[in-house]
Amino acid sequence: MAEMVIKNGVVYDPKNGVDGERNEICIKDGKIVDNVGAGAKVVDAEGCLVLPGGVDGHTHCAGKINTARIMSPHDMRYAPVAGLSGPEPRTKLLRPQVGYNTPNTHGIGYRYSKLGYTTIAEAAITPMMARHMHEEFESIPILDKLALVLLGSNWQVMQYIQDGDSEMLKSYMAWALLASRGYGVKIVNPGGGSNWTWGKNVSGLDDKVIDFDVTPADILVGLAEANEALNLPHSIHVHCNNLGIPGNITTTLATMKLLEKVKASQDRQVMHLTHMQFHSYTGTSWMDFASGSDQIADYMNSHDHLTFDMGQMIFGPAMTMTADGPTEYRNARMFDAKWSNYDQELEDAGGIVPLSYTPQHFAHATMWSIGLELALLVKDPWKVMFTTDNPNGGAFVNYPEAQVLLMSDKKRQEVIAGFPDMTMDRISLPNIDRELDWGEMTVMTRSMPAKMLGLDVKGHLGAGADADVAIYDVKPDKVDVSVEHEAVKKALSFAKYTIKGGEIVVQDGEIMALPKGKVYWVNAYENGIVQAEKDRLMTDLEERFKKYYSIQLSNYMVEDAYVPRPVEIRPEVA
Amino acid sequence: MPVIKDVVCTFCGCLCDDLEVTVEDNKITKVGKACKLGRAKTMGMFLHERIEKPMIRKNGKDSELEECSYDEAITKAAEILVAAKRPMSYGWCSTSCEAIEKAVVLAEETGSLLDSTANVCHGPSALATQEKGAPSCSLGTAKNYADLIIFWGCNPVHAHPRHQTRYSTMAKGAFTPNGKKDKKMVVVDPRNTDTAKKADLLLQLKPGSDYVLIESLRAIVNGHADILPDEIAGLPKAKVMELADMCKASKFGIIYFGMGITQTRGRYKSGDNVASLLSDLNQTNKFVMIGMRGHYNVTGFGQVAAWEAGFPMAIDFSRGSAYYNPGETGTNDVLMRREVDAFITGAADPGAHFPQESIKHLYKIPAIQVDGYANPTTEFSDVVIPAAIAGVECDGTAYRMDGQPIRMKKLIETTFKTDEEILTEIIAKVRELKGNGGA
Repeated sequence: MAEMVIKNGVVYDPKNGVDGERNEICIKDGKIVDNVGAGAKVVDAEGCLVLPGGVDGHTHCAGKINTARIMSPHDMRYAPVAGLSGPEPRTKLLRPQVGYNTPNTHGIGYRYSKLGYTTIAEAAITPMMARHMHEEFESIPILDKLALVLLGSNWQVMQYIQDGDSEMLKSYMAWALLASRGYGVKIVNPGGGSNWTWGKNVSGLDDKVIDFDVTPADILVGLAEANEALNLPHSIHVHCNNLGIPGNITTTLATMKLLEKVKASQDRQVMHLTHMQFHSYTGTSWMDFASGSDQIADYMNSHDHLTFDMGQMIFGPAMTMTADGPTEYRNARMFDAKWSNYDQELEDAGGIVPLSYTPQHFAHATMWSIGLELALLVKDPWKVMFTTDNPNGGAFVNYPEAQVLLMSDKKRQEVIAGFPDMTMDRISLPNIDRELDWGEMTVMTRSMPAKMLGLDVKGHLGAGADADVAIYDVKPDKVDVSVEHEAVKKALSFAKYTIKGGEIVVQDGEIMALPKGKVYWVNAYENGIVQAEKDRLMTDLEERFKKYYSIQLSNYMVEDAYVPRPVEIRPEVA
Repeated sequence: MPVIKDVVCTFCGCLCDDLEVTVEDNKITKVGKACKLGRAKTMGMFLHERIEKPMIRKNGKDSELEECSYDEAITKAAEILVAAKRPMSYGWCSTSCEAIEKAVVLAEETGSLLDSTANVCHGPSALATQEKGAPSCSLGTAKNYADLIIFWGCNPVHAHPRHQTRYSTMAKGAFTPNGKKDKKMVVVDPRNTDTAKKADLLLQLKPGSDYVLIESLRAIVNGHADILPDEIAGLPKAKVMELADMCKASKFGIIYFGMGITQTRGRYKSGDNVASLLSDLNQTNKFVMIGMRGHYNVTGFGQVAAWEAGFPMAIDFSRGSAYYNPGETGTNDVLMRREVDAFITGAADPGAHFPQESIKHLYKIPAIQVDGYANPTTEFSDVVIPAAIAGVECDGTAYRMDGQPIRMKKLIETTFKTDEEILTEIIAKVRELKGNGGA
């Protein structure tokens, strides 16, 4: 592959201590290198912002989203974000695009690339449905992908925890990642998915799961310990119990404290808490519901074992999709909305409900404020990942809107001015004047997600990194984002260049090439589990498949055909 | 003798994946564990009339089909599609998802309409989902949990013969260890079918009154039994009350529904109301539904079309972007309006299943068939391209009726091209003829 050099850019690369410097970025064979020959293709960044390619560490982009597409032909025609949503005809290069919250696969690939994002992590897939997810992954162009595998209501997991059999738990966790070609472990409403198959839920960390002698707390600690014993690159990735319920901050804080006792196997968090906005509510009902962001931030600022992502809300139509089955049923009944449900045998629940958020409602206005408060009140940006829990809090094409909100107090105040009075004593955002700088923004959208996931080759521009680069038409030393937020938002929406694996895929906001992305997955089974334990696991699984599953064990694992460009990561055996 | 285990059956939406197939000298000599339908399908190429060679009609519909090469047939097919102003692509449900992806590309490339067999089957189920959602579960969940099974307007004994032993009435699961003894079975059908004969309760309702019955059940479940008349949908009120009581008493109920819901009076509104009933029931106990899909991969068509193009069926690419308006853009909508001027179909048999008005129009326009077997569609096709049988002669992906994808196996070698290969070659030819690389 030809060499390339990016000149005259203002580079932010927080991992390598580069903070707005006019460095050259050299690229060879898809990787960042220290220098290139004189014949290298020159990309003139003309004083513009140069960042590592964006990393979305939590997005619902393949799998469940397809049921949402089938449910919502209305979404296919929404076009609230010009150039990044709605129907677009095919071109010589591009396939047709549709949708806003649930675009077709091609739309997802093109639009993330236009935003300067190059890597996405599907946030929730059961092992049994992983084959479907990989089919969609293969259809999403350009981007690199990875998947977080749902294990928080899994029968095998709960059985082995109940038995106190930590070796089996480890073996199964490693096998589940292998079977699904998954990257990390996701836990959604631990235990609640299993109870939801009976139409029930759990109400907190210490409830008993109906069919197993375990609690959500047992599941969290058990999986966290197994995760660290396997030395997986990512920590457990947790969606707490009681999402979206006033007063749920008690459960969230208890979950945070619970994990203090587990030690991380490497230099990263021991637990990532996802879409924190939905879990930071005080009060006892929607009447006295208010932001608890200060309590969460206090805890985060005084502890170092956790990271979280925002789950920022975007006003307008959203599509909620989660393995938290009971939450979706509650949403559907509360808003009289259409409701899809899926209980996956032995593995987890799931639901889908379209919602719409409006600044005219104090509850939504408060939720919108909480996401921003969390990101602004936590001092260390390395603890915070930027997300909207796409498309639960809002569609990813709105990332620039929310990013600019973090960088402009003026823009925030403009929005807050339109809120109903009932909002004001529930939020602290009006009194927070912090504005993120480019370095901090780069951490939250690139460096931190890569570090949190344990993806060494992503999120930075040091030698050896994948040559994923985003260049935006913003002159960091000339622009005042606080005031010129609209112009900056536009620049972040349509990258001047997006370079993926050393190839220019976007230029001046238009797609130029359609390389196929890789899929990262973690193989902790091959070397991480001794043969005797593998045999013990297989004996048990054979029995379980015969009795309880509806497909054969031999037809269960994702075949090589579905992962044509894999990047296999084998953790060091402890 | 080489026996291939855990073979995926490619007949119905049950997609049983435990077949044992014996292959001798590249011939399938025995199919173990399959039902009658599955065995016939898997051994099909040794039982049925195979299309042996590509064929073209050179002098209009009344002339004979004449054998030709794959290249000639594929070129002719591409010429027809490129010359058409309003081409339609239909079917692609008894083939692999990999082939379906190519069918989507071809439809985009030719500005075509694209639809599946759901147009005359479970299409209204998708519309119902768009109205009210689809509260569902995997077949294994139903096996493990369901203590009340309702077959509504379907007849699995004949259409999905292993459904009851593998997934529903007779299946033993974690919380139903005694199989049938731990479950109640209800059939709602105007006919006393062979499935109905084994039911604990049969509601033989008046044909076409499904919506009324669903609505009445909702009234009872929501505490308004007193407003209902003595006779409901041709049934005594007491019998309807009995079903409502069974629903309320169950811990995990499931409605398996078929054409009796989707293609009778009320159509998608009946499906919409089933979902509403389930939403009501879930306030007290778990209740879900699964559509009894017929073609083994019609579910896969909906999945692939949704992720590739945004919609599960009835897609119109004539604007360059995907447009969807079933009722306007469904296959039989456009055929009955005589709007289509070329037709390509694969892995389906519209000739046997479409209304006469549609067939009459198909007889007037150039038609292309891609299939392994001759069938009524062959009779009016101008280009006939033989294909390998997916799941027997080539591998690929299929989606079970509950949305579970499974990889089909290749069991024997073949000289026939696969659907995927044929579509890929037609796409290449279309691009060549258009001479602009696509757009």
